[in-house]
Amino acid sequence: MSVTVSEKNITQEIASGIEKNLDVNSSDGALRKEALEAFRTLGLPPNKSEEYKFTPITRALEKNFEFSGQNAIVKEFDITPVAIPGLDADVLVFLNGVFSKTASSITSKNLTVLPIQEAIASKNEVALKHLGKYADFKTDALVAWNTAAFQDGVFVHVADNTIIEKPVVLYHIHDASAGQVISLNRNLIVVGKSSSVTVLEKFDSTGSANFSNTVTEAVVAENAGLELYSIQNDNGPRYQFGLTQIHQSNFSRVNTYTFTLSGKLVRNNLHFVLNGEGIESHMYGLYLLAKDTLADNHTVVDHKKPNSFSNELYKGIMGDSSKGVFNGKIYVRPDAQKTNAFQANRNILLTDKATVNTKPQLEIWADDVKCSHGCTTGQLDEEALFYLQTRGIGKDTALAMMLYAFAGEVLEYVKHPVIKEYLDNVISERLHKNF
Amino acid sequence: MLTIKNLQAKIGDKQILNGINLDIKPGEVHAIMGPNGSGKSTLASVLAGREEFEVTGGEVEFLGKDLLELAPEERAREGVFLAFQYPVEIPGVSTINFMKTAVNQIRVHRGQQALDAVSFLGLMREKMKLVEIDQSLLNRSLNEGFSGGEKKRNEIFQMAMLEPKLAILDETDSGLDIDALKIVSNGVNKLRNKSNAVIVVTHYQRLLDYIVPDFVHVLYKGKIVKSGTKELALELEAKGYDWIKDEVSVA
Repeated sequence: MSVTVSEKNITQEIASGIEKNLDVNSSDGALRKEALEAFRTLGLPPNKSEEYKFTPITRALEKNFEFSGQNAIVKEFDITPVAIPGLDADVLVFLNGVFSKTASSITSKNLTVLPIQEAIASKNEVALKHLGKYADFKTDALVAWNTAAFQDGVFVHVADNTIIEKPVVLYHIHDASAGQVISLNRNLIVVGKSSSVTVLEKFDSTGSANFSNTVTEAVVAENAGLELYSIQNDNGPRYQFGLTQIHQSNFSRVNTYTFTLSGKLVRNNLHFVLNGEGIESHMYGLYLLAKDTLADNHTVVDHKKPNSFSNELYKGIMGDSSKGVFNGKIYVRPDAQKTNAFQANRNILLTDKATVNTKPQLEIWADDVKCSHGCTTGQLDEEALFYLQTRGIGKDTALAMMLYAFAGEVLEYVKHPVIKEYLDNVISERLHKNF
Repeated sequence: MLTIKNLQAKIGDKQILNGINLDIKPGEVHAIMGPNGSGKSTLASVLAGREEFEVTGGEVEFLGKDLLELAPEERAREGVFLAFQYPVEIPGVSTINFMKTAVNQIRVHRGQQALDAVSFLGLMREKMKLVEIDQSLLNRSLNEGFSGGEKKRNEIFQMAMLEPKLAILDETDSGLDIDALKIVSNGVNKLRNKSNAVIVVTHYQRLLDYIVPDFVHVLYKGKIVKSGTKELALELEAKGYDWIKDEVSVA
């Protein structure tokens, strides 16, 4: 007889750990308490649950982590090797989930950039007004967990009519060389009317098993712009859950870029609510997977009002025995006439063992809309490979050229030149580009 | 330069080449003609190293080397060039970038220095004139959205860039109007010299008005059943292939 480990156990273990540290009298105490209750009620997703069908995150947590201990404290870390070279930015560094003032450098004066704990402790009105209002912790236990127990993250507030040129960059460093690391990061980005900002998160880890649960809420006001990058390139036993919840108003523009290049299990939830007219939302994703990496991108785009445009392009290359998952939901509400919503997911499988599961889900209640979706999965074009070889190009180089060409389409949309060059190098190296 | 002895090849269970013999010397142009399904394109593919075809017998010697032992890219580096009947479209790879890689990999193989960006562009401009191809076309993704004529001109442009010793033109005339045919043929003729050779695979005589062959071979059922000079091509044009088939069946 097989014994199934009950998921309730780790839910309870995590919940009682949270409860011990919960200060209900703090500015966010009520929110955290409510989220904790939701976390208990929901429980971590059981295996085969619909939303986590291909991504057994609960089992991975059970198997690889203890929930009673504390993270090792890392006092210093040289971020030079993981930093994006030549990028002029306001930098926040989080070491095992904890903000490091010494490693960070915030110089911009025309916007508010604060560690979120500081924003809450100082009762920042904007932060408290928006915190926890968008990321729904009542349907997903992982979001509830984060909301109840988040350690730190960034609060970015751009006032009205302000264009911020310098990106805000978050380096999340996990040093699990002295033992496992679990970090819960929480970001809140508020972009005022007719303003714009770029925020980039990059994750790096060393050592043994480490997990991060990151929730980012972004509120983008009328006519404002936001560029949001997430770069996930961790080797080793790296587990990651993230929810990025974006709330857009009239005529705002948001581009998100999600790059998953390594890791053990990565789940990215990206939810857009288009609560206005004339909105543009672009979601770009690239996952280049090898070994036994599992990367699961779940996106939701909710068109609530007329005349908005959303466009989604996710591409993946799966090698070895890696697994890709893409699930793209698009809702077009009854009011959202004249919506344009496009979605494309393209995949290349390099081996027989690599897999991808891709699923578009369109639910359309309005009748005057343009929506399209397309999924393709295939092997590399052998005829094209042969063609390149007949010109004297070695098979490895030819392969790299073709993969780079496939992946490079996503890079074309990256606007920031320094970030683009960095990603280009990382991807080229990853695909062994030597031409 | 190229010696083919009793070459046999199949795809899947289907035997296509049934013992080809051919000897090509530097400076020569050989036309391979024949009805559809006779094995012309298979011969071109086998020489270029296409993996779907399995060589079941015979040998091919190219400049003293066993050609069949070499990977497709090694054949190219030794000087074999195949102009495709259906050039492949590769989105995201520009002709320029791809040619730069190809030229330099071949140069390195030949013990020459890789070209820097400036020298490469210089070489490219010179060769572009040969086939009257525009640089804007070469900046685009390889063959993507090109017309039939543009694709074939691009093939000859690549041939000019790589300076092969043996060029195999597989039905290069197919899908070309008369103007494009002239441009493509002119390009090939300008590239001919005493030390290189050309195999022209074609169904029709019209290309041979422009690229004049020294020898014409007729392929039928995977064998060369008749060889002659350029007059043979004219005879085939006038009489069709049936008399060849009759001759073979009588024999």
